[in-house]
Amino acid sequence: MSVPYTTIIGLEVHVQLSTATKLFCGCGTRFGGAPNTQTCPVCIGMPGVLPVMNGRAFELALRTALALNCEIAPYTKWDRKQYFYPDLPKGYQISQYDLPFSFDGWLAISDPKERFPAKKVGIIRAHLEEDAGKSMHDEATGRADSRIDLNRCGTPLLEIVSQPDLRSALEAKAYLTELKLLLEYLEVSDCNMQEGSLRVDANVNLHIDAPGERLAKTPIVEIKNMNSFRAVERAIAYEADRQYDLWRERQIELGQPGGHKTTRGWDDTAGVTRPQREKEESADYRYFPDPDLTPVTVTREQIAAVRDQLPEPPPALRARFEAQFGLTPYDCEVLVSSGKPMVAYFLELAGLIGDGKTAVNWVTQDLARTLNERQVPLAEFPIRPPALAELIQRVQAGEFNTSKAREVFEAMLAQDLSVADAIAKLGITRVDESELVALCEKLLADNPRIVADVKAGKLQAAGGFVGQAKKLNPNVNPARVRELCLELIAKMGS
Amino acid sequence: MDLTQSTASSLLELLGTGQLTSVELTRHYLDRIATHDARIGAFLRVDADSSLAQARAIDAKRQAGQPVGLLGGLPVAVKDVIAQRGELLTCGSRMLENFRSPYDAGIIERLTAADAVLLGRTNMDEFAMGGSNENSAYFPCRNPWNTACIPGGSSGGAAAAIAADFAPLSIGTDTGGSIRQPAGLCGVTGLKPTYGRVSRYGLVAFASSLDQIGPLAHTARDAALLLQVIAGHDPRDSTSVNAAVPPYSQTVTQPLAGLRLGIVPEHFAAGLDGEVAAAVKSAINVYETLGASVREVELPHAQYAVATYYIIAPCEASSNLARYDGVHYGRRAEMGPLTAELAAERKELLAAGRAADAAKVDNNLVRMYRQSRAEGFGTEVKRRIMIGAYALSAGYYDAYYVKALKVRRLIRQDYDRAFEHVDLIVGPVSPTTAFPIGQKANDPLAMYLDDLYTVSANLAGIGGIAIPCGMSAAGLPIGLQLTAPPFQEDRLLRAAHMFQTATDWHTRRPKM
Repeated sequence: MSVPYTTIIGLEVHVQLSTATKLFCGCGTRFGGAPNTQTCPVCIGMPGVLPVMNGRAFELALRTALALNCEIAPYTKWDRKQYFYPDLPKGYQISQYDLPFSFDGWLAISDPKERFPAKKVGIIRAHLEEDAGKSMHDEATGRADSRIDLNRCGTPLLEIVSQPDLRSALEAKAYLTELKLLLEYLEVSDCNMQEGSLRVDANVNLHIDAPGERLAKTPIVEIKNMNSFRAVERAIAYEADRQYDLWRERQIELGQPGGHKTTRGWDDTAGVTRPQREKEESADYRYFPDPDLTPVTVTREQIAAVRDQLPEPPPALRARFEAQFGLTPYDCEVLVSSGKPMVAYFLELAGLIGDGKTAVNWVTQDLARTLNERQVPLAEFPIRPPALAELIQRVQAGEFNTSKAREVFEAMLAQDLSVADAIAKLGITRVDESELVALCEKLLADNPRIVADVKAGKLQAAGGFVGQAKKLNPNVNPARVRELCLELIAKMGS
Repeated sequence: MDLTQSTASSLLELLGTGQLTSVELTRHYLDRIATHDARIGAFLRVDADSSLAQARAIDAKRQAGQPVGLLGGLPVAVKDVIAQRGELLTCGSRMLENFRSPYDAGIIERLTAADAVLLGRTNMDEFAMGGSNENSAYFPCRNPWNTACIPGGSSGGAAAAIAADFAPLSIGTDTGGSIRQPAGLCGVTGLKPTYGRVSRYGLVAFASSLDQIGPLAHTARDAALLLQVIAGHDPRDSTSVNAAVPPYSQTVTQPLAGLRLGIVPEHFAAGLDGEVAAAVKSAINVYETLGASVREVELPHAQYAVATYYIIAPCEASSNLARYDGVHYGRRAEMGPLTAELAAERKELLAAGRAADAAKVDNNLVRMYRQSRAEGFGTEVKRRIMIGAYALSAGYYDAYYVKALKVRRLIRQDYDRAFEHVDLIVGPVSPTTAFPIGQKANDPLAMYLDDLYTVSANLAGIGGIAIPCGMSAAGLPIGLQLTAPPFQEDRLLRAAHMFQTATDWHTRRPKM
C-alpha cells in the first residue's frame, strides 16, 4: 500500500579510520583496552599540551573523499567545536567547520531487485574530526557513579554527510551498504559496527501532499548514534510513522512555531525514538580556527598521487566482471558484495582455470557456504586458488563430475589433503574409454526395454543406464555414460 | 666571594674554571630568596632539595671531566605556567593549586639537557592574564625597586627574580608584552622571540596564537645564552618553526655596523610619561653616537592593536580555559552541599507553583561546572572568558573575531613594510614606570592601555626585546623596546648588547 507522503532522509556517517595512532598524538587506537590505558597528556587535554596532525589519517581521509567523487579543498584548517561534557576533556572537539577538506561528491546506489530506481546520492561534505571519550553511568551502586574512559579520545573519525536524497529506509540501507563496501575496498576502516567504527545519524522528515497541490514539510528530526543498519532502517520507518501521526494530529510544519529541528535517540530494545535535547536549547558551539594547528595545504600532485593508488571501486568491479567474464549482474553483485579478499580469490581462480563463470559458482556457492559454516576468514581458508583450480580442471577434463568434485573438496578440507590425495582416498579413478564402452555395451545387452524406449524416441529413458552404471563402477562419469549409450544405440540402427 | 651583581656569563666563567661550584651558587640564590623574597613575592615555590640535587649532579659531572651543557650549573627560575614533571603547575590560579604536571615541557627538557639548575617557580598573573602581577591568586609580586609598586605582569615574578638577584636567568612568557613590560618596569633585559622560535609544548596556553616563551636576564649577553638553549624546532608543536638556531651567545658581542633604526611618531604621542619619553630619546641618541641612523616609520594600524588584542586573546583564552571544569583534575566544587542546594532550589520553586522554572534548575553536572569555575578562577580570568565567549558566539563572530583577524593581518603588513626601510624599530616599552599596587586594580581598561607598545609584536608574531635605559626621579627603571623582523633575534640581541656596552643602566641593582 502506498503512503501519502515521501520520506526525506539525509545520513551523517562517522567512520573510524584505520590508523595505528590517534589523530593528534601517538596513542594507539586499538579497541577494547582497559579504560584510560591508551591515553597520554595530549589526548586527554592536560594543561600545556599541543596536538600534532597524524598525516596517515589525512591520507586515508583523502583516499575516501576521492573515491566518493568529492572536490578537495587546496587549503583546509581545523576548528574547535566547543561544549562542556565530561567525556570531552579539552572542552572542545577538534573538527572542521566552514572549510572541510572535501565537499560536493556522490555515491551511486541501486537495488538488484529494482525496488527503487538507481540514483546518485549527493555527498555534501566529508571532514575529519577527533572522537570524544566514553561516559559510563553506573546507577546500580545507588550512588549514581559516572566513570569516564578516555581511550577513544582523539581517535580519527571521518564524517560523511549526505544530501537529503534518500527516500526510504530501503534506500538508506542501500546507501549505507554501498558506502561500507566502498570503505572496505579502500581499506580505510574496518567498519566494525559493534566496536563503533561506523556510526550513523539520520535526518528525517516527510513531504506530505497537502490540499491545494501543496507539499507540507514536517519538522526535521535528527536520530543520533545508531550502530547497526537494521537500527537505521527500523528507526527511519518508526520515525516516518510517528511524524505522519503527529502531522495528522497537529499539522505543524517545518519552520513554523514549534516546527524547529529536534534531536531524538533510537531505543533499539523498545523500537522507538525518544526525544533528546531541543535544538533551541542546544549549545552555541562557538566554532573558531584552532590556533594550535597549522592549516593543511594539499597540492594537485598529492591528490593525483592518492588518486593513482585508489583501488577499483565496487561499481567498476561489477561492470568489469560482467564484461570480462560474462557473469550475470546477480553474480557480479554477490561476488563484489562478498568483499575484497573474495574478489581477489575469484580473480586468481578464474585466471588459473580460464573460466569466470565456473569460478564464480565455486566462489559464491561452495567457498562462501563453507566459510560461513566454519566461521573462518578467507585469508585462513586452507584451500588456496591453485588447489581449487586443479580440482576444477580435473572436472573439465572429464575425470569426474561436479558432485564428485564437491566430495573431493570436502575431503580436502576435512583432512587437509591435496587434490590428488583426496581423490585417491575417495577411491576415485578415471575409467578409460574402452572400459566404459564395454560397460555400456553390457548395459545395452542387459536392458533391451530401455533400448527399445530410446529407439522409440524417449531419450529420457537413458537415465536408467546411468543409475546402473554407477552401481557397477562408482567412478564412471554419468554424463559420459549417457552420451555413450545414446551413441551406441544410434549405431545399432533400427 | 660576593656573587651579587654578577651576570650569568661571569658566573659561568667561575663555574667553568672551578672557582665556584653549582652547589655554592645555588645555595647563594636559595639563601637570598630565603632572606628577601618574603618582601618581594617573586617565587610561588622553591624546592631547595631538588635544586641542590641537580647542582650536585652537575658538579659531579664536571669534576669527572664529562662535558657539561651550555648552562653548566646556572640556576634558572621558571614561570609557573610551564609544565615540569611531578611539580605543581598552578599558573597562579586556585583552579590548579593541587595540580602536578605528568610531563615535561619541551623547554624544560632543553634546560635540563643544558645542565641548568631549576631553581623554583615564579609568581605570575593568573593564567598569564594581567599587566601587574596583582592577579596572582596567591599573593602579589612586588617591584624590587620599590615594594609599594607592581613589578609588571604577567611574568612579574620572573622579572623581579632577576632584578632582586634571586636568579641569574629566568623564563617568562609573553602574550601581549608579559616578558618585555615587567622587564622594563624592573630594569632587566627580557626578550620575546618570534612566534614559533621556541616550542610552546608544555606552556599552559593563554592565547595560543600569541603566546611565546622567552628569556629574562640582566644583560643581552645572558639572554642570548638562555635563548640559544631554549630555541629550536619541536615536532610536538606544529607552530614551532623548523629553522636552525644561530649561536646567539657567540654573535651577541658583535656590533651591528650601519644599523638603521626606525621610530614611530605615535609612540611619542599623548599618554607617554615625560620621563619615559626623555629616557627613550636619549637612548636613541646613544645609538646615533654608536653609528646608527634613525628615521621615522609608519605603523598606521598600531592604534587598533590594543582593541584587536583584547578580542583575539580572550577568544582563544575562553577556549583554552574550558578544560578547567573540575572533572578530570584541578579544583572541583564540593558535591554534597551543591546537590543539597539544587534540591532546595527546585523545592522552593515548586512550592511557589513555578514548575517550569523548577525544571530549568541546573542538573548536578552543570552546577558542578559552574561552581568549580566560579571558585577556581579570579576576576580577570572570568572577565576575559566572558569577553571571549561573547565575541565567538553566533551572530558576533564576524563582527568581532573575524574583524580582529583582518586587522591583525594589517598590523603584520605594517611591520613588513616598515622593515623594508629599517633594521629595528625602537621605542618605549610601557607608557609609564611601575605604578603603585592597587592603583589600576579596579580599572581594567586603564590596565589594558599599558600594553599599547607591546601587543603589536605579538599580533604580528615578531620578536622584541626590552632593556633598561634610564631611571625616573622616583628611582624606578625605564625600559627601551626594540622590535625586529621575524627570526631576527640575533639582530635584537646584538643591538641590545651594543647599547649595554655604551651604558650602565643594566648594571644598576635595587637596594635589598
